[in-house]
Amino acid sequence: MSSNATTRIVGAPVPRKEGINKLLGRAQYVDDIERDGMWHGAAVRSAIPRGTIRSITYDPRIDWSELAVVTAADVPGENCIQLKVADQPCLADGKVNHCEEPIVLLAHPDKHKLGQAVAAVRIEYDPLPPVFTIEESERQDRIVWGENNLLESFLLEKGDVDAAWAEARQIVEGEYRTGAQEHLYIENNGMIAEYSAENGVTAWGSLQCPYYVFKALRGVFGLPEEKVRVVQTETGGAFGGKEDYPSILACHAALLAMKCGHPVKMVYDRMEDLAVTTKRHPSRVRHRTALNGEGKLLAMEIDLATDGGAYATLSSTVLSRATLHAAGPYACPNVRVRARSWATNHVPYGAFRGFGAPQAIFAMERHMDEVAAAIGLDPVELRRRNFLHQGDTNASEQLMREPVILDRLLDRALAESDYHAKRARFSRENPARTVKRGMGIAAFYHGSGFTGSGEVYLNSLAGVDVTPAGQVRVLVSNTEFGQGTNTILTQIAAEALGVDYSDVAMAAPDTAMVPNSGPTVASRTSMVVGRLVERASLQLVAMLREHAGLGAGYTRDEFLAACERQRAAHGEVRSLCRYEAPPGISWDDENYHGEAYGAYAWAVYVAQVAVDMVTYSAEVEEFWAVQEVGRVLNPVLAAGQIEGGVAQGIGYALYEKVVVENGRMANNQMTNYIMPTAEDVPPIHVYFEEIPFHHGGFGAKGIGELPHDGPAPAIVNAIRDATGIGFRAIPLLPEDLFARLASQESVEEPAAL
Amino acid sequence: MRGSAEAHELVAPGSLDAVLELLALEPGQWTPIAGGTELMVAFSAGRLNAPKLVSLWGIPDLRFIETTVESVAIGAGATFLDLRADTVLAAELPLLARASSWIGSIANQSRATIGGNLVNASPAADSSPALLAYDAEIELVSVRGRRRIAYREFHTGYKQNAMAADELMYAVHVPRRFARHRQYLRKVGTRRAMAVAKVALGATALLERGVVREMRLGAASLTPFPTRLYRTEAALVDQPVTRETVRAAREALLGEVRPIDDIRSTVEYRRRVAANLLEEFLLELRQERAQS
Amino acid sequence: MSARRSAIHFTVNGERRAVQAPPMKRLLDVLREDLRLTGTKEGCGEGECGSCSVRMNGELVNSCLVPALQAEGAEIQTVEGLALDGRLHPLQQAFLERGGAQCGVCTPGMLMAAAQLLDHNAHPTLPEIREALAGNLCRCTGFIRIFESVVAAAAAKMDERASEAVLEQAHNAR
Repeated sequence: MSSNATTRIVGAPVPRKEGINKLLGRAQYVDDIERDGMWHGAAVRSAIPRGTIRSITYDPRIDWSELAVVTAADVPGENCIQLKVADQPCLADGKVNHCEEPIVLLAHPDKHKLGQAVAAVRIEYDPLPPVFTIEESERQDRIVWGENNLLESFLLEKGDVDAAWAEARQIVEGEYRTGAQEHLYIENNGMIAEYSAENGVTAWGSLQCPYYVFKALRGVFGLPEEKVRVVQTETGGAFGGKEDYPSILACHAALLAMKCGHPVKMVYDRMEDLAVTTKRHPSRVRHRTALNGEGKLLAMEIDLATDGGAYATLSSTVLSRATLHAAGPYACPNVRVRARSWATNHVPYGAFRGFGAPQAIFAMERHMDEVAAAIGLDPVELRRRNFLHQGDTNASEQLMREPVILDRLLDRALAESDYHAKRARFSRENPARTVKRGMGIAAFYHGSGFTGSGEVYLNSLAGVDVTPAGQVRVLVSNTEFGQGTNTILTQIAAEALGVDYSDVAMAAPDTAMVPNSGPTVASRTSMVVGRLVERASLQLVAMLREHAGLGAGYTRDEFLAACERQRAAHGEVRSLCRYEAPPGISWDDENYHGEAYGAYAWAVYVAQVAVDMVTYSAEVEEFWAVQEVGRVLNPVLAAGQIEGGVAQGIGYALYEKVVVENGRMANNQMTNYIMPTAEDVPPIHVYFEEIPFHHGGFGAKGIGELPHDGPAPAIVNAIRDATGIGFRAIPLLPEDLFARLASQESVEEPAAL
Repeated sequence: MRGSAEAHELVAPGSLDAVLELLALEPGQWTPIAGGTELMVAFSAGRLNAPKLVSLWGIPDLRFIETTVESVAIGAGATFLDLRADTVLAAELPLLARASSWIGSIANQSRATIGGNLVNASPAADSSPALLAYDAEIELVSVRGRRRIAYREFHTGYKQNAMAADELMYAVHVPRRFARHRQYLRKVGTRRAMAVAKVALGATALLERGVVREMRLGAASLTPFPTRLYRTEAALVDQPVTRETVRAAREALLGEVRPIDDIRSTVEYRRRVAANLLEEFLLELRQERAQS
Repeated sequence: MSARRSAIHFTVNGERRAVQAPPMKRLLDVLREDLRLTGTKEGCGEGECGSCSVRMNGELVNSCLVPALQAEGAEIQTVEGLALDGRLHPLQQAFLERGGAQCGVCTPGMLMAAAQLLDHNAHPTLPEIREALAGNLCRCTGFIRIFESVVAAAAAKMDERASEAVLEQAHNAR
């Protein structure tokens, strides 16, 4: 492991691998691709949130012979999207459980003819009463999923929470809520599929996880591995939104392709993408916290609930990450986290950057400020007194073996933001001003890679090869969707192989060509896959040294010459490595106990906000993000990840509201789903402290999800500082601020005169 | 993309006279389209109920800004970037220049026209509060001739206006007599840019020795169509700006605005913020007086 | 009813082109489908995201909101026309070096909006950059590195002009 050694390429701001193609407009996204004889597909969807399908009729004014029509009856394999639980049909069969559930698929050579045809399919229903809230679902008087509406539950226990209350000097309770959030990748979901009896199914599309789509297609078509092929096209943003959903779309396009005998393209328009695809799970988190007289945490009891929507999808794993992040980066001897995900008749919620952690951390970090206020301690000081340190155990009793530098991160965040001086100044100035300012803080960690034994089960395989043309390639199924996979993995390979960055390319993200190195999710690419690529590269060099006469201190040409000798002797130049867990890892899936993650990234974020008492709107004026993510592989890309995540976090806190009416998204247009624009994002200052992690690719830990965790609580804490009111739910729109801030004044009375 | 291009006819006669003849020939059959920033959105969404469209884009007779001693005449086909670039508007009618900068983005301002903004008659139209505060006039044209009406009488109901089926908006005339007026415009949108107004208020006021002599208040998103707030104005005219006057004005405003709950905001929020905006302007008047 | 197709002529990236298209066909679709210039992207179809921004007669427009007929006779520039003679435009170079592009879908429109700004304002301030790009939504970068890229490109363009001026002086002196 060379993390402390000087590196040539790792750590350098090399340009994005596929950057040139993107900047020239040459990158091929799925909608840019045409195939000969291609038809276009569309879905006819449920108009009601829950009910049985009484009839499907086709308006005779349409010439249906021109169209391919697919229903559940046409599914050759199992009518189910294979993910974790086999509950979600590929096409609704007899009943629907959410609005926009796909029922009938149509394809036509002319995409402009599809709209009319979709409108000409009449579906009649016998409606059943729907469930729309966590509270309705947990009452269990209306069962909409399984036996009890419960998609998943976890119980994490450390110490003896029940015994701790009696010793407490103070007990502080609070309830916090977060709303759904849309990914709003700028490229909508899209897929092209082909089918032939001979070759089976091939799908090209915008996606994160080729092997997830592969698995789903195999199930729906009942095909062996060699008859399914999935190829990722250039992908225009994902953020988790293209983790599970593309499996559904690929199955739809492929069913139509089988039916009509042509390649079929399905690309959603924005309204459809917003209405039918997954969003971040809404949550409700209740905290009950005991403290001793010194402001130290004695016990934390956390009840966490999410709305999972109509099918299980990834709700269990999202809940798992929420559970493991619920108690924050604090040392507390007694912790109980009871987490449940409830089924409703909403469009299923799914993966979104942070994967449950932003919800849990919003509650934890908001609650810390409420605790601080209740016990009369500065919120910074409360955190400092309770931070985890190396040698402590966290809520799952994972021993913090690696250095933990929360104090250093906190000190730097306070210094860079001039936190204390600004707080003091704002509290002096605010009473006389209509724009009130405040400072807020959030401290948090984010586990890198799959939870617990997840990486062991994934059993990822990754590597490098060298083609006869002398091209070094990284062989992984991990995908680029803007976050930098191509760049950092080729940096790692070039560094370890001792060749130039420009010598290394990514093999096509095609299941027919690359091994399964696991999904591109969970902040695992740099740390887990990066390490596999590093090991495979070092293994190749060792192989060439041993068998192909590669000397020490070799040149690029000597390396390639050795590769050719290796090829002459063995037919190929290829090195693959399989995942190996770091030593001493143990995880108990039943009791949620043990080494939950291979490593954690740590951060302290500070927000400065301004609340305008004329309009009740809050804006972030400046933002400071200080973090430790292990070795930074590429400083430009890494800072870009943090800035982008912070911007999404600002949207999550203050702008982005999914308005749902009767189970259907009502604001499914970009005009009405409000993300921050170039004028809304404040200056974002990004700082890294680097402590290389010895089991990550050149010392890297995860980075992608971390920046979405902290902004919302930091911002709402800052609003508390500015206004004195601790808001407990996001999104926190001006209308919500108004409801509390204006409630004291009489509406006719001048506010400021 | 839900519209079908083949379901719509679009012609570009190229001159104002030719367009007017077409409108006269088949009154009500043709929908004029200028920069398309509204109609093309409806088209993409599959909501464009206009089988026959006639293009006004690129007709020089409609795209002008001309200044006389009394007024500025803005051709209905002038884009909001044209308005922003005009030096007289910037100097004398800054509210209109500012409102122009709030229309969508640069790519929208390069195409969206003032005529389109007004004829579309959204309750949230960005240019309306300023034009109401400036007491603008609208000039309409048809083969029958031209006529002028006050802008405050142009909108007659939700998405309805005083135009006849064969008429086109020709120009907006803004009088140049507001140099001595105190002016105010604030839009409260869903974000800083690319925002639809949740509430907007434009105002011009003339004070004499601390007493309000003239007051024009133009509101958006507070009524079914952009309107002057006459009762609120009445509560202010001939009054000194005192705490009592402000209280009375807030009460008058709350009595006459009729906002709605929709996807973007709520009745209560809009009412209170509108009153706060008015108060913010009145407070400015008082402070300016104190300074002078 | 079915509208006839019209012959529409315009210049795209310096080349004269003609297409047969329904007059209401969106310029975006004409570029992507008829001319196979797929660098221009559709993000929303409602003029909100700016991914389809192109320049038409020297103005920045959302090509999803332009009916083809209104482009008759126009000069259009798309992202494919930004690099000249195989040399990256200073904006493209700056975006590459400074992380201005991540997923790349907003990038073509963002580049066109930024090019429009720099052509009218060689040294924009940060608020001017923010305003000029406010109609181009980027979900990846948080915009920070895009702003930096535009500033860097402005500086590079100045260097380029300065060096051209120096060359010109040298030429004249000879």
